[in-house]
Amino acid sequence: MAGVIAVCNLAMMNNKIVKQREAESKAAFAEAYKVFMHPRCMNCHPAGDVPLQGDDSHLHTQGVKRGVDGKGLYAMKCSSCHQAANLDGDHLPPGHPNWHLPTAARPMVFEGKSPRELAMSFKDAKFTGFKSMDQIIEHVEHDKLVQHSFTYGTRPPLSHDEFVAKVKEWIGKGAAIPDK
Amino acid sequence: MSNAQLIDRRKFIRSTALAAGGLIIAFNVPAGIRTRGVVKEPVLFAPNAFLRIGSDNSVKIILSHCEMGQGIWTSLSMLIAEELDADWKSLQVEHAPADIAYYHTVYATQRTGGSSSLNSEFDRYRKAGATARYLLVQAAANRWKVAPDDCQTANGYVVSGDKKISYGELVTDAMALPAPADIPLKDPKDWKIIGGKIKRLDTQEKIKGTAVFGMDIHFPDLLTVMVARVPVNGATVTGYDEAAALAVPGVRQVVKIPTGVAVLADDFWSAKKGRQALKVQWDLGAAANISSDSLFTEMKARADKGGIVATEEGNVAELFKQSVTKVEVEYFQPFLAQSPMEPLNCTVKLSADKCEIWTGTQTQTDDQHAASEITGLPISQVFIHTCFLGGSFGRRNITRSDFVREAVEVAKASGKLVKTVWTREDDIQGGRYRPAFLHRFKVGLDANGMPVSWDQISVGQSVMTGGPFEKIAVVNGVDTFSIEGMQAVPFIKALKNKKIAVNTPDWPIMIDNWRAVGMSHTIFAMESLIDEMAYAAKKDPVAYRRLLYKDDARLLKVLDLAAEKSSWGTPLPKDHGRGIAAFKACGSYVALVAEVSVPKNGMVKVHKVTCVVDCGTAIQPDGVVAQMEGSVGYGLSAALYSEITFKNGQVQQKNFYNYPILRMNEMPEVNTYIVPGNEPPGGIGEASVGQMMPALTNAMFAVTGKRIRNLPIYKMKMGNA
Amino acid sequence: MQLTVNGKSYDVNVPSDMPILWVIRDKLGLMGTKFGCGAAQCGACTVHLDGQGIRSCVAPVSRAEGKEIVTIEGLNDTLSKPLMAAWTEIDVPQCGYCQTGQIMAAAVLLRDNNNPTDQDIDNAMSGNICRCATYQRIRKAIHLAAELKKSSS
Repeated sequence: MAGVIAVCNLAMMNNKIVKQREAESKAAFAEAYKVFMHPRCMNCHPAGDVPLQGDDSHLHTQGVKRGVDGKGLYAMKCSSCHQAANLDGDHLPPGHPNWHLPTAARPMVFEGKSPRELAMSFKDAKFTGFKSMDQIIEHVEHDKLVQHSFTYGTRPPLSHDEFVAKVKEWIGKGAAIPDK
Repeated sequence: MSNAQLIDRRKFIRSTALAAGGLIIAFNVPAGIRTRGVVKEPVLFAPNAFLRIGSDNSVKIILSHCEMGQGIWTSLSMLIAEELDADWKSLQVEHAPADIAYYHTVYATQRTGGSSSLNSEFDRYRKAGATARYLLVQAAANRWKVAPDDCQTANGYVVSGDKKISYGELVTDAMALPAPADIPLKDPKDWKIIGGKIKRLDTQEKIKGTAVFGMDIHFPDLLTVMVARVPVNGATVTGYDEAAALAVPGVRQVVKIPTGVAVLADDFWSAKKGRQALKVQWDLGAAANISSDSLFTEMKARADKGGIVATEEGNVAELFKQSVTKVEVEYFQPFLAQSPMEPLNCTVKLSADKCEIWTGTQTQTDDQHAASEITGLPISQVFIHTCFLGGSFGRRNITRSDFVREAVEVAKASGKLVKTVWTREDDIQGGRYRPAFLHRFKVGLDANGMPVSWDQISVGQSVMTGGPFEKIAVVNGVDTFSIEGMQAVPFIKALKNKKIAVNTPDWPIMIDNWRAVGMSHTIFAMESLIDEMAYAAKKDPVAYRRLLYKDDARLLKVLDLAAEKSSWGTPLPKDHGRGIAAFKACGSYVALVAEVSVPKNGMVKVHKVTCVVDCGTAIQPDGVVAQMEGSVGYGLSAALYSEITFKNGQVQQKNFYNYPILRMNEMPEVNTYIVPGNEPPGGIGEASVGQMMPALTNAMFAVTGKRIRNLPIYKMKMGNA
Repeated sequence: MQLTVNGKSYDVNVPSDMPILWVIRDKLGLMGTKFGCGAAQCGACTVHLDGQGIRSCVAPVSRAEGKEIVTIEGLNDTLSKPLMAAWTEIDVPQCGYCQTGQIMAAAVLLRDNNNPTDQDIDNAMSGNICRCATYQRIRKAIHLAAELKKSSS
């Protein structure tokens, strides 16, 4: 009898640990979500064909479009205006050598997604083009354009380091899908 | 040079052309850009100030008015070419130097404005061409010993029977002949050029990039100048530290001038960096407290208070009380910047005895006076080389010559050959704006919906006070431009019970001409109000206007044609609507119908604009169409987006990202119809800007049922990147 | 540094952050490319850098090292001829200040797209401001230029 109770207790304890882990994973994602949906990230993950701009994420002015390769169209390519680095002056285009949107074939839309929807997208290889979740960590931690987004304008609510830590925690603790 | 000597120069022009190769009046050749290969200078026949015919068959037309996109480079030339029977392909055109010979026939100074060029030169330019032709024919007739009546002219040749001779070959003979006292002009039915399909004469250089704008003037030893200007009107410089600015490579000098502190450098980039490094302390003065909110509050209070009466008749209050339907509305329109694509610039070469100025300007005489005042040089020693204007819309029509004055001050203070250049931020922040206006109305309608009582108070700054036109424009304390066009409307004139008053604030905000001047805001108020009256009277907006404008035959005509061409009244898809506005402006009659769609929770899309214009004689019809198309874009920009707002005395807008301009993907399809007419030409450049705005908002009302009484329709949230 | 502009080589001594616009205007005397805003908002400064239409008012000259700059003065005939002919046929310019930038932007469209639709024109040209609002004529001229380019090849 004691053995059965012990196994039940153990199972209950494991279940509690599992639930706690799951809750922490969801909480970590909730924090990371604030960064994903911040203009410095979300503006280049729009739902439509037009990148977003500014802290109010309005549609990018001047009729700018994604283009097939995510690099714009004709004389309105991203790098037509966005230089290799930020420029010195008021309201000049921020810059990075790799300024671009996701391609039309794989748009990686963040805009309009609930935490649940976004987390599910990240776990969908068709959405990310990644074969494993490790590649997501690699991307947020080491991609230069991602890093650059933490260095100018109105900053995301977490630092790059904090953000990476939250993403790692989310994935490390099971990549739990938020309830909503 | 005394006035008497100046006047004598006009006679002097013809006789000194006898001297071979003599250029009598200095042509404004922007140096340093084009080099002229001088071979053998042709003999030039100069029958008047506007025309030079060379022994090499060249025909040069000298314009007393300046080209800013409105097309007079071509249309004024057409007036001469028509009467002269010149070969159109051989025409060259130049801006005139600053000289009394080129004074405006109405304004008695050299200036371009008011959409008056064609009307004011219609006779003078045709006579200039006709006089030359007369003398050339006489010269040929003398040579051939035939009667002038037996000679014909075409394409630069005089012909009689089987004899033919080019104008160039006749030049020396023609110069010796006396000019006729008067000269008959061609019958319009014989016109081959005027009213025809004529290509613009400035297209080639503009598309190749060889057209010289003021911004393009360059000399080897020229210094580029940026001025750190007062951030607030009425501010003064209390101190400045130039050390950091002078340390910037390429910066040569820093000088203090009345409008601020000037940084002189080798090139634009150095000047810009130098100005950034400059430290200036300002005493912001009283204007520092001005904000748009406080201005608006004050305007409403002023409207409550009332103003100086411009017109009063009958018993407005009583008739209003008795009226069946009452319409009480007020319309607010903001300060606007003109923002031509070419930011302001001015090049000045000043020496002990001469001042030369290169810029795009519409106010040559005013500029001469300004330079003379500053330098102490006589006006005869101030030379203005007028370049192509990269747009103006009023910003280069400044009777106080603000940007020219500033450049002359820099030249004087520095002793250098200088070119001041304004950045776009300088343009938008340091402008001279279209004043904000509040028009408030209390109109009583009778049982038929017709107005029987009209009570109006208009509140806004006076554009003309303090300028050379104050004496004619400001009547008994009322600047007629504040209510421009309103009193002349026939149904207003006919009203027996009316009161129109104006309250004029005296604010330190710099204001000036903006395309259509007063009509840039009065037409929005009038045509919005009339639309509201129509709906209050439960009548169709076009049908209502037919009743209201019944005594205005030319306005009725454009109204009816616009309704017809826009298919007014026919069904439209869901969320689509039409709006109309019709008004007389600058001597022309224009009706616009806008066809729009307004999706729920979305922005308006303007699909089509039907434009009907009666400008009397349409000298260059395609140019008329171009101006109508352009005015649609200009008016839409203003109605949709444009406003200049103030916070702590400073303009909040900086560049096109927060002073948006209509773009290609927002431009509607514009269909223009010109009503044929024989009256002297009406103005075109400003004739339809005012009408576009209410046509748009009336159309939006037709869809949404919501009146727009405040422009712009879409306000930018300031402070957002 | 060495710059290649319209097929010619230039030796310029300028700070590396000087925008290409001011190098070509102030140092090389090529005035066809215009200054309208200095903030990549209006397109008047459009030049081609290794064939890409860029905003020269914000592009630092360092970006042009080892690359070919083409301005309106050096636009190749295949693009220039149909564009100039179309712009002339329709009498597009009014004040004309923005037009070289418009043509340089249109040239990229024409080169990469033989049959531009109205949507293509919106996508390619909405970055170029014309304060005189000659947009309707620019649109017509681009359609015409595309036709002319096809018939000449």
